[in-house]
Amino acid sequence: MDLFEYQGKELLRKFEIPVPEGRVATTPEEAAEAAKGLGGRVVVKAQVQIGGRGKAGGIKLAESPEEAREAADKIIGMTISNEQDPKGQLVKRVLVERAGDIREEYYVSFAIDRSARKFVGIMSAQGGMSIEEVAEKDPAAVSKVHIDPLLGFSDYHARKLVYGAKLDPEARKEAIAILPKLYRAFVELDASLVEVNPLVLMGEGRVVALDAKVSLDDSAAYRHPNFDELKSVHEVPEQERFAKERGLNFIKLDGDVGIIGNGAGLVMSTLDVVKAAGGDPANFLDVGGGAGAELLSSALEVITSNAEVKSVLVNIFGGITRCDLVAEGIIDALGRLDVQVPIVVRLDGTNAEQGRKMLADAPHPKLIPADTMLGAAEKAVALAHTKEG
Amino acid sequence: MAILVDDSTKLVVQGLTGREGSFHAGRNKDYGTDLVAGVTPGKGGGDVDGVPIFDTVTEAVEQTGANTSMVFVPARFASDAVLESFDAGIDVIVAITENIPAMDMARTVPYLHAAERDVTLIGPNCPGLISPGKANVGIIPGEICSPGPVGLVSRSGTLTYQIVHELTQRGIGQSTCVGIGGDPIPGSNFIDILEKFEADPETEVIAMVGEIGGDAEERAAAYISDNVSKPVVAYIAGRTAPPGKRMGHAGAIISGSKGTAAAKEEALRAAGIPVAANPTAVAEEVAKILDR
Repeated sequence: MDLFEYQGKELLRKFEIPVPEGRVATTPEEAAEAAKGLGGRVVVKAQVQIGGRGKAGGIKLAESPEEAREAADKIIGMTISNEQDPKGQLVKRVLVERAGDIREEYYVSFAIDRSARKFVGIMSAQGGMSIEEVAEKDPAAVSKVHIDPLLGFSDYHARKLVYGAKLDPEARKEAIAILPKLYRAFVELDASLVEVNPLVLMGEGRVVALDAKVSLDDSAAYRHPNFDELKSVHEVPEQERFAKERGLNFIKLDGDVGIIGNGAGLVMSTLDVVKAAGGDPANFLDVGGGAGAELLSSALEVITSNAEVKSVLVNIFGGITRCDLVAEGIIDALGRLDVQVPIVVRLDGTNAEQGRKMLADAPHPKLIPADTMLGAAEKAVALAHTKEG
Repeated sequence: MAILVDDSTKLVVQGLTGREGSFHAGRNKDYGTDLVAGVTPGKGGGDVDGVPIFDTVTEAVEQTGANTSMVFVPARFASDAVLESFDAGIDVIVAITENIPAMDMARTVPYLHAAERDVTLIGPNCPGLISPGKANVGIIPGEICSPGPVGLVSRSGTLTYQIVHELTQRGIGQSTCVGIGGDPIPGSNFIDILEKFEADPETEVIAMVGEIGGDAEERAAAYISDNVSKPVVAYIAGRTAPPGKRMGHAGAIISGSKGTAAAKEEALRAAGIPVAANPTAVAEEVAKILDR
C-alpha cells in the first residue's frame, strides 16, 4: 500500500523524524481553519500519489487563512496527471502545513535492493527531483549504501551517505541524526520504501522532512494494527473492490478483451499473446490456485460488468485448479448473468476433458471453446473486433 | 541425475496436518516421492495416512532421515519454519507459502546464503519442483511432466505448466522443473539454478521463464554468457504490463522504467540467448535445438 504524504508524515513523526506541523483538510473551510490554527504563512498541498503535483498547480502558498481557503478551493476537486498516469487522480484532501524558509533540498530513501538481497540507502544533495533523473545526469551526486538486514544500520552508513552526497556542512549533523531514525521507520513499519524528497535545510538550520513517500508491505499487515485504518482512506474503484472482496486478483487496463486466467505468470502471458494477436486486454484477472466454480462465476461477473469489454478470454491451465469446476462456474455465470459478449474458453490440465465435455453439453450462443492458448487469443481478439448486431 | 530432488529425496512436510499440506503432500506421495514425516507442533506422535507427525523438524530428521523439507505453514509462521528446517540440518527447503512479509525474507535468504553448509531454499510463493519419474516436491501436476533432457526454471507456476505441456506434447521430457517463485527476494534465483543445470549431466537444454520486475533475468543473461555451455531458451511474461502495477506476484512490478520485459529480452538477446515470443514458441525453440 502506498500511503498519502500526510499518512507517511504521521508515521515518521512517531519515529521522531522532524516534519512540519500540519493538518489535513477535505474542504476549503477546514483548510482555512487549519491555517488559522497553525498561524502565519502556510503551504496547501494536494494529497495524491502522483509525481509532479507542484507543476500541476497542486501546491500553493497562502499568507492568511483566507488565502488558504482559496488555495484549497482550487486544489480540492482538481485532477492531477503526469506522463505515467495520464488519467490522473482526483484530489480529495489537502495537507495544510506551516511554511518555512527553505535553504537547500536533499533526497534520502531506504528500500529493499532485490538483486543485492540487502537494504539500500540513497542520498543526494539534489532534492526535489526524481532520483533516477539525478543518477542519470550526475551520478557522482548520488551516495548509496547497502545495509545487511542482519546487522542493521551502522553510524558509518549515515556518515557515508551524508558526506558522500556532500550536504551543506550546516545540515550534516542533523541529517546524520535523522538517518538511523528513518532506517528504523523503514524496518519497523515493514515498508518497501521510505522516501523523503525533499529533506530540507531550513533557514534557521534545522533539517526537516518536507515530503514523505511511504509504501507498506501488504503481506505484513497482520502485524500492524493500524494498517486497516491507513488503508480505509484509499478509495478503490467499484469493479476492483468487488473483485477483491471475492478473492480475485484484478487490475483494470484500457482495452476491450476481458481476460481471466489462473496464476500470475500465465495471466501476464495471456495479456501478451492477446496484444500480439492485435487486441488490447481490458484487465488482468488471476483467479489464483484451486479456484472453484463460484470464484470463476464471480470472475466472469467482474469482467462483464465493464461495458468496454467486447469479448472475454478464459485461459485456464489446471494444476490444483480443476477444469470441471471452472466449466461449472462458467455455466453458472452464463445462466445467472445476462452475458452479451462472446466468451472464448480454453481449458487444459487437471480434468480438462471433463470440463470441455461439460461446456459442450451446455451450449450457449456466447460460449466459444478453443483448443490452444494462442488459438483462443486469436479468436477472442477477432470477436472483439467484430461489430455485432 | 536431475537436480535438487530425486530418488534419494526423503521428504518432511511442515504443515502436513493442514488441509493444503495434506492434499499436496498426498499427491507428492502418490507420485512416488518418499514422504517420511510431517511436522506440526503439538501434534507429535500422531500420523496422517500412516506418515508420522513430529513436534519439531529436528525430531523428524533424527527419526526418519529426512533430507528435504516442504513448507506449507501460513505466511506469518513460514520464515520461522524455513529457519527451523535449516537448523535441523535440511539442505533442500521448498517454501510454497505465499504472502510472506518481505522483511522476513530479506533476513532469512541472506542468512541461508551465508551458511557454511550448501543449503538451497526454493521459493517462497512458488509451485515447488519436480524431477519427472523420480520425485515431486510441491504442487506441480506430475501427470503433465515426463522424464527427459530439458531443465526448466521459472518465476511462475501455471505458466510453467503451460510450457511443460507444450514440451510434453512434442515428446520432449524434463530433467527437473523448478519454480523459484514470484517474490522480490526468492531463496534461489535463476543463477543458483542455472549453475546446477549446467553441472547436471542429464540436462541438455535449459528453458528459463522470467517475468517483469527486478533484474534477475539481466543478471542471469550475463551469467549464462560467461558460465553456461548448454543452450538456453528464454521467455519473459509481462510485455504488456503497465508500470507501477503489481501483476499478481509480489515481485512482478515495473518500478519507474526498471524491470520491463523489453529490457530483459534485450539483455538476453545481447547475450546470444534466443527469446521466445510466447509459451508455444519456447517449446518450438527447444525442439529445434534438440532436433526433434
